[in-house]
Amino acid sequence: MGAGHGHRLHFHGHSPVHRAPAHLKLLALLGFMLVVVATPHDWYAAFAAEALVLLGVVALSRVPVTYLAPRMVIEVPFAVFALLMPFIAQGPRTEVLGLTVSEPGLHAGVALLVKGTIGVLASLTLAATTEPQDVLRGLTRLRMPDLVVQIMGFMIRYLDVVTAELGRMMVAMRSRGCEPRSPRHWPTLARAMGALFIRSYERGERVHLAMLSRGYDGRLPSEGRP
Amino acid sequence: MSTPVLDVRGLAYAYPDGHQALFGVDLHVHEGERVALLGPNGAGKTTLVLHLNGILTAGAGSVSVSGLPVDKQHMAEIRRRVGIVFQDPDDQLFLGSVRQDVAFGPANLGLRGAALDRRVMDALDRVGMADFADRPPHHLSFGQRRRVAVATVLAMEPEVLVLDEPSSNLDPASRRELADILRSLDVTVLMVTHDLPYALELCPRSVVLSDGAVVADGKTLDVLTDEALMRDNRLELPWGFDPRAVGSLPA
Repeated sequence: MGAGHGHRLHFHGHSPVHRAPAHLKLLALLGFMLVVVATPHDWYAAFAAEALVLLGVVALSRVPVTYLAPRMVIEVPFAVFALLMPFIAQGPRTEVLGLTVSEPGLHAGVALLVKGTIGVLASLTLAATTEPQDVLRGLTRLRMPDLVVQIMGFMIRYLDVVTAELGRMMVAMRSRGCEPRSPRHWPTLARAMGALFIRSYERGERVHLAMLSRGYDGRLPSEGRP
Repeated sequence: MSTPVLDVRGLAYAYPDGHQALFGVDLHVHEGERVALLGPNGAGKTTLVLHLNGILTAGAGSVSVSGLPVDKQHMAEIRRRVGIVFQDPDDQLFLGSVRQDVAFGPANLGLRGAALDRRVMDALDRVGMADFADRPPHHLSFGQRRRVAVATVLAMEPEVLVLDEPSSNLDPASRRELADILRSLDVTVLMVTHDLPYALELCPRSVVLSDGAVVADGKTLDVLTDEALMRDNRLELPWGFDPRAVGSLPA
């Protein structure tokens, strides 16, 4: 068996964006996103400029659009909310494509959609060009508290293990005639989630024991950093 | 006789919920011995193992390792001397690469730089995993992860290697390869196992733990051929396996 391959967001490459130090990329992403979020929602020219900068970085990274596009579906719930805003919001009405919608709602919705899309694409670009381990090293260099970096490292390490465990539980449920997707079986699914939580918690305890057994004293040695 | 590597005297322990797991266990393991710790599920084997490096502290009785008592004051040295390989390698390998995981223990002991690198590569060499040093552990097969887990402990140069169910979930080839590795190591071994042929193959001596007490301690062949003892302690040989028919036994 063997857990699935991790780094599902990483696209192997050697572009300048791949080679740039992780902490600079993190700072650049943070700065860029602060600017995007702070842009007033009717400055369309500014949004266009920001999108151009981002697309330039994507082009430079040589990560294919076909790789990034499917991963952007994570934005869908936010997009739905953005599309609803013109219909829900108050204020003066205006007409778009034969529909009467709220004007402030329309602007806010468009701005949310644009900001969200830029944010998701920028984060995906960072993920595609930086190994998770490098992101952690970058965060360490940025003086992120050690404990937080350790927790993130463990999360990355055990995400696959827990996902694989969940997968096996789902297969076992299906094998016994239960379809986890059907709402009728949601109570069973909820109990399975509870069991998975307990098992992950117990694994956490065992990992901690194994660490103590090798002399862990609360700090990861610098050579052993995740 | 010399100071035993493991010296457990009258060890008793009850879990915080009141469940008593050990009732006065005595166990002595001398340098260079390979000892199997046998017993049914729930006999207290894992509880005993967790006392050997001070994860659990004795309710009564004492544990010492090469003369050093297991207590708070000596914890770092105790954990260097007693290397425990846990049953699930995913519990033991938690860093981004095999090299980092093997370096974790010795780095906690204060090793740095070239000395640390040498220690890591030496340990990986001994389990035949040197070529995988830079791979993430979760990309390895289960057998490879078990071997790396052994290396993580070997890198601390322990005086005694304690293995919890080393052959569980291994395919026959990996199981045999691990046996070859364990035989090649020049280290005292205490091996918790349900795999009785494995115990016979690797360990000249066996200790049977049942309901928190040692009920037998002797030559593995004698233990496995004592039908009354085996039956009383829920120990069973695989179908068709006859310990008497095995030709060469470890000395």
